[in-house]
Amino acid sequence: MQNQSPPNHWRAFFNTLMENIRNFSIIAHIDHGKSTLADRLIQFTGVCNERNFQDQMLDNMDIERERGITIKSNAISLPYRAKDGKEYILNLIDTPGHVDFSYEVSRSLASCEGVLLLIDAAQGVQAQTLANLYLAMEHNLEIIPIINKIDLPSADVDRVLEEIDSELGLDPDTHIKCSAKEGIGIEEILEAIVERIPPPTGDTSNPLAALIFDAKYDAYRGTIIHCRVFEGSVKAGDIIRFMYNNSTYKVEEVGHFLLQRAKREKLSAGDVGYIIAGVKTVSDVRTGDTITLQDRPCGQPLPGFKEVKPVVFASIYPIASDDYQDLADSLEKYKLNDASFIYEKDSSAALGQGFRCGFLGLLHLDIVQERLEREFDLSIILSVPSVCYRFTLRDKKVIYVDNPTHYPDPSEIDKGEEPYIRASMMLPERYLGTVMKLCMEKRGVNSNLNYTSPGRAELSYEMPLAEVIFDFYDRFKSVTQGYGSFDYDIIDYRESTLVLMDILVNGEKVDALSQIVHRERARARALNACDRLKDEIPRQMYKIAIQGAIGGEIIARSTISAFRKDVTAKCYGGDITRKRKLLEKQKAGKKRMKMIGSVSIPQSAFLAVLKSDND
Amino acid sequence: MISDQAGLYIHIPFCLSKCGYCSYYSIVSPQFIDEFVKAVDREMAFYTDTFHDFDTIYLGGGTPSLLSASQIDTLLNAAHKNFTIDHQAEITMEVNPGDVSVEHFQSLRRLGINRLNIGVQSFDDPLLKFLGRRHTAKEAVEAIDAARIAGFDNIGMDFIYGVHGQTIKTWKQTLAKALSFSPEHLSCYQLSLDKKTSLFRQYKKDKLHLPSENEALDFFLATSQTLTDAGYIHYEVSNFAHSNSLISRHNTKYWRHTPYLGLGPAAHSFLDSRRWWNRAAANTYLKNISEGKKPVEKSEKLSREQLALEALFLGMRTKDGINLEQYKSCFGCDLLAGKRQVIDKLMRSNLVELKDGCLCPTLAGMAVADSLALI
Repeated sequence: MQNQSPPNHWRAFFNTLMENIRNFSIIAHIDHGKSTLADRLIQFTGVCNERNFQDQMLDNMDIERERGITIKSNAISLPYRAKDGKEYILNLIDTPGHVDFSYEVSRSLASCEGVLLLIDAAQGVQAQTLANLYLAMEHNLEIIPIINKIDLPSADVDRVLEEIDSELGLDPDTHIKCSAKEGIGIEEILEAIVERIPPPTGDTSNPLAALIFDAKYDAYRGTIIHCRVFEGSVKAGDIIRFMYNNSTYKVEEVGHFLLQRAKREKLSAGDVGYIIAGVKTVSDVRTGDTITLQDRPCGQPLPGFKEVKPVVFASIYPIASDDYQDLADSLEKYKLNDASFIYEKDSSAALGQGFRCGFLGLLHLDIVQERLEREFDLSIILSVPSVCYRFTLRDKKVIYVDNPTHYPDPSEIDKGEEPYIRASMMLPERYLGTVMKLCMEKRGVNSNLNYTSPGRAELSYEMPLAEVIFDFYDRFKSVTQGYGSFDYDIIDYRESTLVLMDILVNGEKVDALSQIVHRERARARALNACDRLKDEIPRQMYKIAIQGAIGGEIIARSTISAFRKDVTAKCYGGDITRKRKLLEKQKAGKKRMKMIGSVSIPQSAFLAVLKSDND
Repeated sequence: MISDQAGLYIHIPFCLSKCGYCSYYSIVSPQFIDEFVKAVDREMAFYTDTFHDFDTIYLGGGTPSLLSASQIDTLLNAAHKNFTIDHQAEITMEVNPGDVSVEHFQSLRRLGINRLNIGVQSFDDPLLKFLGRRHTAKEAVEAIDAARIAGFDNIGMDFIYGVHGQTIKTWKQTLAKALSFSPEHLSCYQLSLDKKTSLFRQYKKDKLHLPSENEALDFFLATSQTLTDAGYIHYEVSNFAHSNSLISRHNTKYWRHTPYLGLGPAAHSFLDSRRWWNRAAANTYLKNISEGKKPVEKSEKLSREQLALEALFLGMRTKDGINLEQYKSCFGCDLLAGKRQVIDKLMRSNLVELKDGCLCPTLAGMAVADSLALI
């Protein structure tokens, strides 16, 4: 990224009064048109011209564009001359949309005074519409309901208006109709942002208090801190202090977000912008932390900070052991830009040298895997993910185990405990039965049920984290047909009868497939794992036996039959080249598999063992 | 003993009709045959510097039996004029039953053809019709008899199995009938459908039944069992010879990276780790030659890894397998040492065996030769 000066007519960017600033975010259920609306607002305000416009402007990563999701928060400042004749800066803060990143979302919302709550005119109010609405209400934000996609033949605006009233409890008269795709209603939305979202409050003369809502790594400048200034101001040359760990840095540059970074003299209360201060990696910065000035600190940090800790652990191994150093280098680079990802050295009897890594959840894990492969061109294998268990040994020593390989000798275990969460779910009443069944299946206890509005239920359960991260979310979404929303908080460790379940492939233990499981669930898990592996491991030239075992006892098995006939009938002149090319292709495919003993196991097998058959 | 002399292949791209299973290049307009024969003569001249000695000639197609004796004569004369042909060379011609008489066979013999490969395919008329063959079972019998009368003592027959409507039982009846003629050589190919064929289109419309993997294996094993019981050597996936001396010397060159020169449209050649092939369209082929250009479409230099992969999958198709010493000296890697664990497992699974310093596929191994190459 390069710094750029804004064109002269963007006078709004200079010496803007706080009353001419609006900070807002767009929240929506997936596919209700968030990125398209953001694109239209960006186009309408003229920040970018046709030439440098592309769809999903705020989603910078390929993976975001392809999956149509937002992973990293992003921000952009839009200059707008309103009908009242005044010039405004509208700061749009884009947020990720998955429960793995709910803390990031909450920090982004904390940086705003209002939100556009986007609702699809055809689909109406959906689970995430509600979940997001609650988040916005928690932060006392002004909410502007927007009914999008009114151009669709299936649009039913009247029904949506009713839902806004009955399900969201908002005044339906406050809504705006638009079609982001067709560019209808965009100006009205901009006017509403100016008129209805309150300007930021704060005092530039107070000591600096700025909230970090994200950080990105730039190869030339180090960490770019994304922040919202609540009090005071900050400029180049200031010594800033992170209140979380009291580390101090000298500010090199501050600025706004246009399409690229735009350098400014200072950021003041009410501003959304960036700070560059020679911070080497994003891990030195904590989302939600408060920045203040070293020589004139604010009294206390802004509320809501919590340290995000990984809850899912898995090991990453290179498929080819020669690639170990490459993997090490890539992880180091990757880490620069992902503060919530942690890793350390690890090794496996079956898979060799690798790294033990911590993730926020399975989506985070999935994204890390994909980015490592895509951005660093690595072929990697992930072991079966695990949560962090706590064991008290006979000698009263307490150990934490997030890697089944380090499972203690069973004869020395006095007590095993696993992390529990409180799951909060919102769902239409009609799904209550199936969801409760699912929760019970996942060892849920202490349920609590409330009816928030007629037909809509709020359900909570205490459940083992291990049950929740392993395919709970997918199944929850599936049984509620996407109408349920789900969030969780870790509450405590609870005693549990735990066992180590191993998987043997042709009699050989594959440690990367081992799992720590609840004893009563062990057999079902083992059967499921054996079946899954049977589907995932391609047939080979000999029979493959897959077994699940606890200690020496086999509790489940499945068999993959051998290939019997695959040879091409004719192989003369031209057939040879053709055949060789085909084999070369298959060989390349095999490189993405891990040879364990005499069996090639594909990458996908390691994660598949966690999925249940009910999908 | 297989010599290292090169093999000469001439592709005769003419057919009177297209068979439903065939994806090989051919044209259905025999009026160009004379022009074509002259073109092959001129094509030979391009290679007099690179190839010298041949000890096999193979006239394949297409349908070489559409050529008159004098056209064959022209081709063989051209070969003798441009190259040195070993006086004991194996000279094979593919023959379509129905195209030939005793007299024609006699002239072929006089011209030096000493081995025939007759495309019998089946002794079951409905099946022949299904495959789109022009001939009947009766004509096949007549062709074999005529060849014997003409004095051919090295006759091979081609068969196809695993065809829609065929059972192991009817296939064994065809084999029994074949054996009653005591052919010196048999090629039995499992039907495989290339995407370009009309049978494939029928298959895609679900109008055909193809054998399942297990059925295909049963066909394969039954074929091998029947023919080895009758005294034949199953020396390659689809090929059987009555004795070691009757193994197709020409085809063996394909499987051992021995040099070969392929002439005519779409023909492939191999020399010193380079493989090249001619343009497939007959008119482009003829046009190139008339302009004094080699009709080569593409040429590739095979890396050591590519040659090693080929050696592996070709070797696993033949009963003699892969000579480990040779493999090591050619490709610089010790197959046994490098893949010990997998090879042990394959041996225990009775898919390969070690014989006289060679890693050889068993019968079950031959059936999965393509996978064996991926170890």
